[in-house]
Amino acid sequence: MASGPLATSAADTEPAGTGSGGGPGAGRVRGRGRRGLSLRARESRAGLVLVSPTVLIVLLVVVLPFLWTIVMSFQRLRLIDLQNVFDITLTLRNFETVLGSADLWEMVRTTLIYSIGGTVLSVGAGLATALALRHRFPGRFLIRAFVLVPYVIPVVSAALVWRTLLNPQFGPVNVFGVEVLGWDQPIGFLSERFHRLELFGVGFDAPIALLTVIVFEAWKTFPLAFLFILARLQGLPRDLEEAARVDGATPLQRFRHIVLPQLSGVIALLVLLRFIWTFQNFNDVYLLTRGAAGTEVVAVQVYTYLVSRNDVGGAAALGLLMSVVLIIAFAVYYRYGVVKQEAEV
Amino acid sequence: MASREVVETRVLGVARVVWLAFILVACVLPLFYMLLLSVRPLQAVLSDPLGVPSFGELNLEAYRRVVASPEDGGYGLLSFFGNSLIVALGSVVLTVLLSVLGAYAATRLRFPGKNVVNISFFAVYMFPGIVMAIPLFVLFSRLGLRGELPALIIIYLASTVPVSVYMLRNYFRSIPKGLEDAAMVDGCNRGQVIIRIVLPLAMPSIAATSLYVFMIAWNEYLFALLFLLESRDNWTVSLGLAQLDDISVSATVLMAGSVLLTLPVIALFFAAERLLVEGLTAGAEKG
Repeated sequence: MASGPLATSAADTEPAGTGSGGGPGAGRVRGRGRRGLSLRARESRAGLVLVSPTVLIVLLVVVLPFLWTIVMSFQRLRLIDLQNVFDITLTLRNFETVLGSADLWEMVRTTLIYSIGGTVLSVGAGLATALALRHRFPGRFLIRAFVLVPYVIPVVSAALVWRTLLNPQFGPVNVFGVEVLGWDQPIGFLSERFHRLELFGVGFDAPIALLTVIVFEAWKTFPLAFLFILARLQGLPRDLEEAARVDGATPLQRFRHIVLPQLSGVIALLVLLRFIWTFQNFNDVYLLTRGAAGTEVVAVQVYTYLVSRNDVGGAAALGLLMSVVLIIAFAVYYRYGVVKQEAEV
Repeated sequence: MASREVVETRVLGVARVVWLAFILVACVLPLFYMLLLSVRPLQAVLSDPLGVPSFGELNLEAYRRVVASPEDGGYGLLSFFGNSLIVALGSVVLTVLLSVLGAYAATRLRFPGKNVVNISFFAVYMFPGIVMAIPLFVLFSRLGLRGELPALIIIYLASTVPVSVYMLRNYFRSIPKGLEDAAMVDGCNRGQVIIRIVLPLAMPSIAATSLYVFMIAWNEYLFALLFLLESRDNWTVSLGLAQLDDISVSATVLMAGSVLLTLPVIALFFAAERLLVEGLTAGAEKG
């Protein structure tokens, strides 16, 4: 692995045909003869042929559509008159509509709280679970398998069962709360924007529906964070921790000063990935609340523009603004990734 | 100092057990409740939501109703299973075919633009589905492909192929190159090397990749909703079930449908859990 990035970058910068200068492939190509040259050229051609179907499909279904989204965001385009697709009169109206909408800031705030809250909770629960399952004990593999269940089941089933569990009339959570815990009334976990809570004599309004969709998101995705952190944990050398134990470091000190620094790479990666995925999440919120009760995140609003308002241009403009945020996050990751790769070499 | 070590070890030990119990309950209980509700009559659930059902009241009426065709007074979920299978299996076959070729090229061959390809794949992995959906929605509407299953397969192919290449690439790296060189010396061409040497050795990772693609395609909701909504005959199970929620069908029927939707995925997952975990996290231990 350590030689991986080195080998590929050396092979790439080398112009095909002069491959005799002792590059990584020199042993195999050997000599400067015509045969070596043609082998190398044939290898490039085979590589391009094999990778081209994949590149083509990604180009056609992801890259070109995205470029088209940019164009559409400057067009006046409604779903009813799609022949306007080739009308190249450009306008800023879509951006005016999207940025001028009354609930813009509320949507931005909701999306940010949702993605940051979901990310922190998901990675945090993943970390705690990975630490708890670090050492071998009987039944560990069975527990690992069960923990992955929320991640693999279909989101439609997951949302339906949560809606049933939290149902204000017969959902067991509310029935349990009222009958056993003595709540005054059932809580509309997915329908109430705010719910008055009393904690230690202090009352405050909790954004209950938003909190519920955040918890759902964390529940559905923490298994992935758990898997990645556990894999990294099991690759850690034990001698450092042993040495610290001998020197009198307590378990918490060993975690804080020895284990955590070694996990920081994988945790940073997970935080970025989860933020990017939660930020664009449509399914969870749409299936749980349809974006009602203060849970309208940006992806749900793009869908509303596209389907309910038939405003393709508005959807494209909002989608583009959303992508800009994600591209910034990706750039952060990329920089971070490059830095890491350099450190490895 | 020694006492602090002892105290921390004890407290953390208790916290660990409590946390694991909480996580297990949170992960398993919803599924258990889904199963339980699906075999109880609605009246029993409404009158005693927390009750443990007696054997006498268990019945499969909810399953009959969710599966039966509308003419028989049911909700016709059975007819959607064919669509989901076509979409999922079609995506698996195409994605595996393309990603085996792509991953082989990415590990074994040097060609111009290789790094660009690798990096852009990662970008696709993180690309927002909803943004991709807008132009495809317009395009497929104009081509008259909206509502057709192949449109869905193409989209699932494009969105799973980057991760599949990544998963397979990590595995291909661990296959010794000497074997392939020996086969080349013995007169095999590139295609024969892939079919006779690489494919048999890579079978575990191909199985893991297939499972991953199957789950993504079987579980997917957004694109099915956007593209298929108006052609009911082509609905997938996920879409069909979500639509039932809109017309206020009773909770027991919804849970029976959820069990049927979840069952194939859970069965596959428990059959090949170790394969999938190793495939998804390959390379993660390196950071």
